[in-house]
Amino acid sequence: MFSSRTSSPATSGPAAASVLRQVVLPERSRAGKRAGALIGAAVLAVIVAYAVFVPLIAGTDQKLTDFSSARLPPSSGHLFGTDHAGRDLFVRLASGLRISLLIAALCAVLAMVLGMLVGAASATLGGRADRSIMRCIDAVNAVPHLLLGVVIVAMFRGSVTAIVASIALTHWTQVARIVRAEVLSLRGLEYVEASYLLGRTRTQVLRRHFLPAALGQGTVATVMLLPHAIWHESTLSFLGLGLSPDRASLGTLLQEAQTEVMLGGWWALAFPALLLVCTTLAIAACGNGLVSTTAGRS
Amino acid sequence: MSGELSAVKVGFSYGGAEVLRNVSLSIGAGSQVGLAGPSGSGKTTLARVLAGLIPPSAGHVACNGAPVRRGDGSIAMLFQSPRRSCSPRMTLRAVIAEGIAGVRGPRRRREIDAGVRQFAARVQLTGDLLDRYPHEVSDGQLQRACLARALAARPDYLICDEATAMLDAATTAAVVRIISGEVAARSLGVLALSHDRELLEAWCGAIKHLP
Repeated sequence: MFSSRTSSPATSGPAAASVLRQVVLPERSRAGKRAGALIGAAVLAVIVAYAVFVPLIAGTDQKLTDFSSARLPPSSGHLFGTDHAGRDLFVRLASGLRISLLIAALCAVLAMVLGMLVGAASATLGGRADRSIMRCIDAVNAVPHLLLGVVIVAMFRGSVTAIVASIALTHWTQVARIVRAEVLSLRGLEYVEASYLLGRTRTQVLRRHFLPAALGQGTVATVMLLPHAIWHESTLSFLGLGLSPDRASLGTLLQEAQTEVMLGGWWALAFPALLLVCTTLAIAACGNGLVSTTAGRS
Repeated sequence: MSGELSAVKVGFSYGGAEVLRNVSLSIGAGSQVGLAGPSGSGKTTLARVLAGLIPPSAGHVACNGAPVRRGDGSIAMLFQSPRRSCSPRMTLRAVIAEGIAGVRGPRRRREIDAGVRQFAARVQLTGDLLDRYPHEVSDGQLQRACLARALAARPDYLICDEATAMLDAATTAAVVRIISGEVAARSLGVLALSHDRELLEAWCGAIKHLP
């Protein structure tokens, strides 16, 4: 019978597998990413609260030295121990994290603004202008980011502005590519053509339609850039090209930890490294959640 | 010749694929011309060429005696899909306001608001719908908003590209009635493209066929 054939395992098996593959698994994956994003957001909130409030509550200057309590291991008096100059690492790490987060946020925002403007303008102009801009982006991408960053920072040693510029100027291209792709997908839509017919200029269409539409993707790309920017800042400071050693950041703390570890001070390396990894993973989880939400909407 | 939108021996190719060949057509002010043709015959391409959205590969298009120019406000289009014709981030009020504030429209906020209310009433959109987003209204209501936007720009010619294909019979009749009213009131020239010959016969004075 026809009805018995349709319900047989031979035909219902592949159909069920298809439903599982196309509906159930992606939905589970999205739910998993959302749960991950919530955990990431909670961890990030704790980390940001630590970076903001601990230096305020501690009330002590993280630069003050006390050689009588140098290289003390973690204890109830000094939760993360002390460094070679007797500075409390719990407070110093919070101050360093605050600077690292601030630099990363500035880099991400600058890269987002630059990337969105260039990407959207490139797609809006189209033709030769688009091709020329994209080749310029290829050229920027062709140079190793760290090398270009080192050159920029080396010209203005120890300057926060130089660090921000070195990271933002080498990372805006990712945002630009994503935003360009988004605008290209909108360019042929009827509401854009209607706008042109009504006499809107390219700049007006860019402002009214393209930039608001690309803002979601641009924001996701920017959030994904944050952990990368933290790593770049840390790398530059670790190489001695970032902030001066007296100003704590995750990078300068890790650089100082090199000699401390040799002398048995494992805590000088463990806590900054753990915080760097946790911050990176928390932001990445939030970014993945955002990507999942955007994909779900589209 | 002035006072008409005309295409003379227009041709168009997408890459190597020829879509239009030697097409000539004219729409006079105050006339309603229908263009029938099956799917894939090049109706939409011809509409886009006439509106100046894409340049023809051969021949030329003129509007009121001058070469057609995109965005000079003389030609408006009503597209097939109202969903793709409105930004999902704009309310119906903003959609209609975009037409009001076109090249021929006012710049002052108060005049634009008054214009939105006037044109919404003309296409029978109630005030409570104006602050809704496209996903919150029906296709018919959205197409009325698109029509209001097109009419609010005060164009000389309106090109309707399968504009009623996604609407029910009652909404189709209402849209046709509103457009015909504009033709009678201010000599709007209309080119209606459709694969539905019966609709064009009921709507337009003259019908041409695209093979």
